[in-house]
Amino acid sequence: MQNTIHTLKKGEKAIIKDFDIELIPLKLLEMGCLPGSLVELLQVAPFGDPLYLDINGSHVAIRIETAREIEVELIQNNL
Amino acid sequence: MSVQNINVALIGNPNTGKTSVFNQLTGLNQQVGNYPGITVEKKIGFCKLPNNVKANILDLPGTYSLNASSMDESVVIELLLNKNDKLYPDVAVVVTDVENLKRNLLIYTQIKDLEIPTILVINMSDRMERKGISLDIPYLENKLKTKIALVSSRKGLGIEELKELIVSYKNITHEPCLNASVIDPEYFEKLRKAFPNQLMYKLWLVITQDVNFLNLDRNEIRSTFTKSHSELKRLQQKETIKRYQFINDVLKEGLKVDASMAKDIRAKIDRVLTHKVFGYVIFFAILFLIFQSIFSWSTIPMDFIDSTFASLSSWVAAELPSGILTDLLSQGIIPGIGGVIIFIPQIAFLFLFISILEESGYMSRVVFLMDKIMRKFGLSGKSVVPLISGTACAIPAIMATRNIENWKERLITILVTPFTTCSARLPVYAIIISLVVPSKRVFGFLNVQGLTLMALYVLGFFTAILSAYILNKVLKFESKTYFVVEMPSYKMPLFKNVGINVVEKTKAFIVGAGKIILAISVILWFLASYGPGKEFNEAETIVKERFANTTLDETQFENEVNSQKLENSYIGLMGRAIEPAIQPLGYDWKIGIALISSFAAREVFVGTLATIYSVGDTDNESTIKSKMQAEVRPDTGKKVFDFATGISLLLFYAFAMQCASTLAITKKETNSWKWPAMQLIFMSGLAYFTALIAYQLLK
Repeated sequence: MQNTIHTLKKGEKAIIKDFDIELIPLKLLEMGCLPGSLVELLQVAPFGDPLYLDINGSHVAIRIETAREIEVELIQNNL
Repeated sequence: MSVQNINVALIGNPNTGKTSVFNQLTGLNQQVGNYPGITVEKKIGFCKLPNNVKANILDLPGTYSLNASSMDESVVIELLLNKNDKLYPDVAVVVTDVENLKRNLLIYTQIKDLEIPTILVINMSDRMERKGISLDIPYLENKLKTKIALVSSRKGLGIEELKELIVSYKNITHEPCLNASVIDPEYFEKLRKAFPNQLMYKLWLVITQDVNFLNLDRNEIRSTFTKSHSELKRLQQKETIKRYQFINDVLKEGLKVDASMAKDIRAKIDRVLTHKVFGYVIFFAILFLIFQSIFSWSTIPMDFIDSTFASLSSWVAAELPSGILTDLLSQGIIPGIGGVIIFIPQIAFLFLFISILEESGYMSRVVFLMDKIMRKFGLSGKSVVPLISGTACAIPAIMATRNIENWKERLITILVTPFTTCSARLPVYAIIISLVVPSKRVFGFLNVQGLTLMALYVLGFFTAILSAYILNKVLKFESKTYFVVEMPSYKMPLFKNVGINVVEKTKAFIVGAGKIILAISVILWFLASYGPGKEFNEAETIVKERFANTTLDETQFENEVNSQKLENSYIGLMGRAIEPAIQPLGYDWKIGIALISSFAAREVFVGTLATIYSVGDTDNESTIKSKMQAEVRPDTGKKVFDFATGISLLLFYAFAMQCASTLAITKKETNSWKWPAMQLIFMSGLAYFTALIAYQLLK
């Protein structure tokens, strides 16, 4: 299964690979959500949605339905 | 040397401390207004600069980029594209936060492409040391082709240097710092050939944005150079990536972060404030504290204002020569103004709390916490802010819905916000509760009157939520559900920012509401003091004839004349015309008049009754409450304001859409008469029927 931001666990980091531009608000791109950016899942809201992320240094919260559209590659945590 | 005037535009992302910079530059020397035709707040300040230069500083709404996705952002673009605008900036100042420099620079590179001289402010420099950040300013200035002011608006550092840079803005190059047209060279080459005299980036903005651009016929460019929506969006993405590449390259050299120094307490605070139990406990505790303080702290100044105006009225009536003007003053204008001034304590407290919550960064956490729950009702986490500020006034609350990206969620929020108990309902509630609910205590400490008031707040909130739920099921249109909320770092609220905000908002509310209330008071007084026909003009004779067989003393006679006059005045005739419709709700025609005038603004209710009861009343000393208490129904001799009528009135005011300004703002924000009409019919219908049922059951 393809990893997306939605499948990340709290504290996991990943690199954004690709997404369908039609499904992602432009504002999110402007905040630094672009292919190649580093993303970390900081917090999950109570009841599992929305997700609180650190994308490329920007702290933003997005809903799962958007997170599901953003493919990522997990960075293996060696620590 | 003559004085030179220049225009300065402050631009930047939200949460960069742009407004703090603005406050530092201008102090209290600001004007807040609206952009023509829209409700976006327009803030202009004035600032004296060195070398006899005066600057008009325009604080533009916070925006992430020049791609407009909201009205606030369109304002920025329209100003920057229109050289003929009298506020078109001679120099732009882009404010950035040193901790978010990468993201904040995006809009900077776009402004540079418009070839406006641009100064870069790197704000929050006082945090650099703690975060382990060091900057190579000469390198950054060289690469970004600008002058940089390192500022701490919080500590007031670097402001003088910024002023110096603004004065010498002519030394700053117009040259862009990157070439964005490489994203599609062929397309841009064609554009350049077709419009050789225009700036490439300007054309690009006109093509991609929905802005009114006065100098160019946009249809002409659109027809020849249009691309499909997705192609354009793809190009916009390419543009954004291109800009980020440039910024990353620059910052790689220009900005160093020593990660070991960067201790972030944000994560720790977040863990508590967004916790699945503590998060909600803290949120509701804060809400409780806010309402508690609004009601207990405001009573003292409010009582003081109330009694001051009552004695002012009687003083004027006693001291000035009697006549029409004195009557107008003591019975119309002074009670009218008093009815507005009395709101100041509560409104100021509410704006104080809301602005502290927003300044500190806590509001974003509440949005995060509440989103999932609110979505069940067709709302967004972002609806929490309007619903809370709606307890002050629905007008700023409806304007606060603008950052809700999803149109359906935004529309529902706009439609239901007026159900929350705004401060204009408060005086109505207060006076009716004190008349019909006994001042008893239950369980030894809970005051029944206080509980009733709280119940009305809860009722308002739940009606809002419930209506949202229904609207969500009824309104059948899909809109893309976007939700992006920035989680800013926590900051101690700045006293100066909060203070200015509270003063400005309170002033705007008082002046806005004050005009309406004052006008209505005067009109009401006039309508109540004059009447058509001999029923009014020959009141004395009629009363004399009616009581021909009984002897009346002088006061009794005067009272009979006055009530005869009032009943047959213009307003009396209007009130009696609608009496059949409101009688089943337990209201007499005097309350009817108050209801009618309340449709301009609810807070007029008390003032209207005050005016109606004062007209011709020789005794100005007694308060409105005691006058209302003394009112009896002429047919049964029972009190007008009994329990059933009181509850019926409370419910009516809880639900009815009685605020012309709210309807006007809904029209502006939804751009259609359909939605305010729906609000008016749905809310007032609900009010009528619940009040009817309540009265019929209780009487």
